[in-house]
Amino acid sequence: MNAASPHIDPPLAMLAELTYRCPLRCPYCSNPLEMTAASGDMDTGQWLGVIEEAADMGVLQIHFSGGEPTVRQDLEDMVGRAEVLGIYTNLITSGVLIDQARLEGLADRGLQHIQLSFQGTEEAGADRIGGFRGGHRKKLETARLAGEIGLPLTINAVMHRQNMDDLESMIQMAVDFGAKRLEVAHVQYYGWGLRNRAALVPTREQLEHATEIVEAARERLKGILVFDYVVPDYYARYPKSCMGGWGRQFLNVTPSGRVMPCHAAETIPDMTFDSVGERPLLDIWEQSEAFTRFRGTGWMPEPCRSCDRREIDWGGCRCQALALTGNAAATDPVCEKSPEHERIAALAAAEAAAGTDEFEYRRFGQGG
Amino acid sequence: MAAAVTIGEASVPHLPRGVRLKFDKPRDQWVLLAPERMFVLDDIALEIVKCCDGKASVAAIADDLSARFEAPRDTVAKDVIILLQDFADKGVVAA
Ligand code: SF4
Ligand code: SF4
Repeated sequence: MNAASPHIDPPLAMLAELTYRCPLRCPYCSNPLEMTAASGDMDTGQWLGVIEEAADMGVLQIHFSGGEPTVRQDLEDMVGRAEVLGIYTNLITSGVLIDQARLEGLADRGLQHIQLSFQGTEEAGADRIGGFRGGHRKKLETARLAGEIGLPLTINAVMHRQNMDDLESMIQMAVDFGAKRLEVAHVQYYGWGLRNRAALVPTREQLEHATEIVEAARERLKGILVFDYVVPDYYARYPKSCMGGWGRQFLNVTPSGRVMPCHAAETIPDMTFDSVGERPLLDIWEQSEAFTRFRGTGWMPEPCRSCDRREIDWGGCRCQALALTGNAAATDPVCEKSPEHERIAALAAAEAAAGTDEFEYRRFGQGG
Repeated sequence: MAAAVTIGEASVPHLPRGVRLKFDKPRDQWVLLAPERMFVLDDIALEIVKCCDGKASVAAIADDLSARFEAPRDTVAKDVIILLQDFADKGVVAA
């Protein structure tokens, strides 16, 4: 298949960002810098409609996310509808707003899995990073409850320069809670993460040490804990295949109903996004300007155009290209073939060495 | 702490909670849906996974498949164990 071909398979998964509201204020949050207030959130009926459309298209998994999806009391209805339609449901949560009744209710409606994020393993440090006192303790309780209910659990450990020392204890914690999967995700630098990069970016030595820890634990815990390891690609030779390629496997619906190829796509200034309700989801996926602009290989500049990895990493991340070069259509500059590569690696190293430890916390509008 | 599963002839495999076998109509394939992952099954993998009902042992599954596909039992048993061990390591089969 080439870029000129209009045929594209339906997406495998949908990220449903139910709201940007969240009691936490993580300094690397993937939500936009300018967040809409709750009044912009779609209502229950609109979301149920989106779920129906997704099922008709052949979406296999829905990830309910946010913000904090459990802020919404209608989450149960959405999980229930997806389950009836045969879609696998996953809840991506900070876990600070859930109690036993809520978690049991969600499991009863068919929730298949919960992904719970941790900011660290040591209470004071973790609560400082999340910007929410008492959050860590609440998360521990939620992890314990998931185990008690038998709900499959993934622990999501977001790692960066300031909590890298917690990695070993994070792995142990995941095992102790009976989690079957641990995502060790180094912060990605767009949105708030980019804004706070100087406070977050690890040194190359820290990164290498973390990678050694993960590789050793993966071997030692084979059959007990599955690792998913996301490296900060500033230090990599090649970029990751962002979202499995632009508009190839994945779509993202924002709280107000805008449909995007990835959750950071809104940062691309000249791109317009269609909204559910105004245009059929399938049509948005197949035909809309946002989804087709960087789909396939036809849009690629050199060095990607003639590179033999072009259908492996699809030229890397468009939002990262934009953030680092000012041009969303450039080769992702973390790629060693990009003319910008040296500059980026040097920048990361310099910020890691000299950067501040102060965070700028995410917030709503001016007030939050 | 949970122990890793070793699959042998006596194991009785099943799909754990959070793992689902589904026919993916638009792409015309069978898939195992698991937490934030999915595995596309080829014909052989599908036959094996369909037998993972929490009742049949690996030995019984090997007998059954070798009879149905007229293939030597040891080869079948070996293949079944390799595949299920791999899936067990990935957390999508329990025994
Ligand atoms: S990253 Fe932190 S602040 Fe952002 S939605 Fe998740 S828990 Fe909330
Ligand atoms: S040149 Fe482009 S396609 Fe090739 S590895 Fe780099 S980013 Fe990927």
